[in-house]
Amino acid sequence: MSEREKEYQPLRPQPGPIAEIFAPVAGFGVTLSSMFKPTVTEQYPRKKVQPQRRYHGRHQLNRYADGLEKCIGCELCAWACPADAIYVEGASNADLPENAGREVRADDSGGAHMSPGERYGRVYQINYLRCIFCGLCIEACPTRALTMTNDYELAGNTRSGMIYEKQDLLAPLAEGMLAAPHPMVEGTTDTDYYSGDVLGPTTAQVDWVREHRPEDETLEAAQAAASGQAPAPTLRKHELRPDEGPGAAERSAGAAAVGSVREDEGSTTGARATSEPGSTSEAQLTGAPARTEVTA
Amino acid sequence: MDHAILAAAAPGVAADFSQETIWASVVKAVLIVVFLLTSVLFAIWFERKVVARMQVRPGPNWHGPFGLLQSLADAMKLLLKEDMTVTRADKFVYLLAPMISVFCSLLVFAVIPFGPSLPFPWTDWTTPAQLTDFPVAVLYILAAASLGVYGIVLGGWSSGSTYPLLGAVRSTAQVISYELAMGLSLVSVFIMAGSMSTSQIVSSQSQIWWFIPLAPAFVIYVISMIGETNRLPFDLPEAEGELVSGYMTEYSSMKFAWFFLAEYINMLNVSAVCVTLFLGGWRAPVPEGFLGGALNEGWLPIIWFLVKLWALMFVFVWVRGTLLRLRYDQFMVFGWKILIPVALAWVVVLAVVQWLQRVQGVTYQQFVPVIVGAAVVFVAIMWFWPEKKQPPADDGEAEPVDAFAGGYPVPPLPGQTLPPSKRFGKEVRGE
Repeated sequence: MSEREKEYQPLRPQPGPIAEIFAPVAGFGVTLSSMFKPTVTEQYPRKKVQPQRRYHGRHQLNRYADGLEKCIGCELCAWACPADAIYVEGASNADLPENAGREVRADDSGGAHMSPGERYGRVYQINYLRCIFCGLCIEACPTRALTMTNDYELAGNTRSGMIYEKQDLLAPLAEGMLAAPHPMVEGTTDTDYYSGDVLGPTTAQVDWVREHRPEDETLEAAQAAASGQAPAPTLRKHELRPDEGPGAAERSAGAAAVGSVREDEGSTTGARATSEPGSTSEAQLTGAPARTEVTA
Repeated sequence: MDHAILAAAAPGVAADFSQETIWASVVKAVLIVVFLLTSVLFAIWFERKVVARMQVRPGPNWHGPFGLLQSLADAMKLLLKEDMTVTRADKFVYLLAPMISVFCSLLVFAVIPFGPSLPFPWTDWTTPAQLTDFPVAVLYILAAASLGVYGIVLGGWSSGSTYPLLGAVRSTAQVISYELAMGLSLVSVFIMAGSMSTSQIVSSQSQIWWFIPLAPAFVIYVISMIGETNRLPFDLPEAEGELVSGYMTEYSSMKFAWFFLAEYINMLNVSAVCVTLFLGGWRAPVPEGFLGGALNEGWLPIIWFLVKLWALMFVFVWVRGTLLRLRYDQFMVFGWKILIPVALAWVVVLAVVQWLQRVQGVTYQQFVPVIVGAAVVFVAIMWFWPEKKQPPADDGEAEPVDAFAGGYPVPPLPGQTLPPSKRFGKEVRGE
């Protein structure tokens, strides 16, 4: 008898004689016992559930511990993107307005920098109407500037609002970080930054910012971190937005229906356009994009 | 007033309507309508919630505590929707059909006893907890239920559209098929109770509820009541996958809501009839004389009635959550070849047994050997019943071409010829 002609033997255990008798009505037992199982539904707007740690959510442009951006404007993410969702324009740190009239060489760490090294990402846009959240951009990034957060609440009612600009994507300044632009840590190169040798802002950097932007809000905390009075800054994880009760959810749904969110979002976009890249706002510190804070 | 005199004079009606005034009847009628409408709202919530839990979902939980106001919100939405009348509709019948449905469904509860005599505090006035009763009350229920189908049939016909018409036709066939079985199962209750009056039937169940001695009839009634109310697995008149929404496809807004209302009131109706005829009506689920019968007095029986009613509503939902919709031919085969013969045979057996007991004076002890013998014969027949013959293996003459030589389809070898196509011959005959 060949292998094919053998009689089929089921792998699963077969029901006994009693189960066989009740087999035609076994479905009633299934439904009845299901009534006493816990439900699997997530009560989304009322109770927000943390996704898995490796969930592919909204992107984030990270910073080094002293507040400089990691993005060097190399466009590798844009090239890797299969959906053509990313647009990057790089620029030279030497061309920053703070460096006007000053000769900055490639290995010069004394001038103002947005990112360590020569170049930084001046324009950074991700179109979330195109993005498929595949994560190829993350794999492409040579400086680990681009990572993905667990933020899954990406919805909007305008197409332009779904194009996230650099300030929407940039990681918020953690407590103790110094807002860019400012010089690199003295005596370091971009390689030192990459290898994680920079652990926080230095007094020289704080002094430089105090000289150039005396009203900068991050100065106090950065001073504390640089002088050792406060712990070195650590990046904060993305936190879920607060749960919404039925009232809040309906209000926002109703507001979306009459288009008031669109106006709010317009004003947010305006605020985004005027704000300097790297300037700190309350919304950025809380880790949520500015748009939510304004509309809520 | 007329019916009070009639009822008081009629033999075989247990409820005493002699003190009844017209005002008491009006108040009861209004209370019944209010009860039905609120029960429908609750039933929709109940069904959605229970089905959801059976599917491991929470169900409606947004509006009101436990989502209880969900069906109220849905009703408001239906009220505010645009009331459309399709161009090809027969306007008058189109409007009339949902009214017939609702009107007929509201009739049944008039004869359902919610309890025995209700005493009113601080007065010596008592009144039966039912609107009315008469010696043929169950026939009246069957008549009202049958008339309600006209709403569905006319609604489907007057829409001037294909799917509603098909739904209406299906509904007609369904009611004809399943009301026969339903009526036959009720006949066994009439035989045992000796009455068609609902209050009399309830009072005849003081010793034992009829669903125990009449278990086959009870099962047949439960099956046919699901068929009667067009509920899954028998919801062929409104089968979504086949007929969009069946007879109510062209209805919108309040007219649709009326059909919806009628469907749910009908569920309550058949459940209430089942409770009254098989499950002891308003009687407490305790032996006769328990606590001196205190559980069967006053207002308490209404609770028992409602508990049983909603237990049957749960069965409705349970069946819906478990079974799939039948195919139409399976449905008809089940009705005509299984339900009706079984119901008929059961009525004959019951009638013979009753005749032997009452007229010939045969006792239960004498029945035992007969029942045992019948059971043995039945089991023996089932045991030796020949299995369905398998079609004999086709090992005739060797085919000129082995079309599956080596296990896969192959073309004929040189010199071999394909056998003539079977279809080819048919075409020739067709010409």
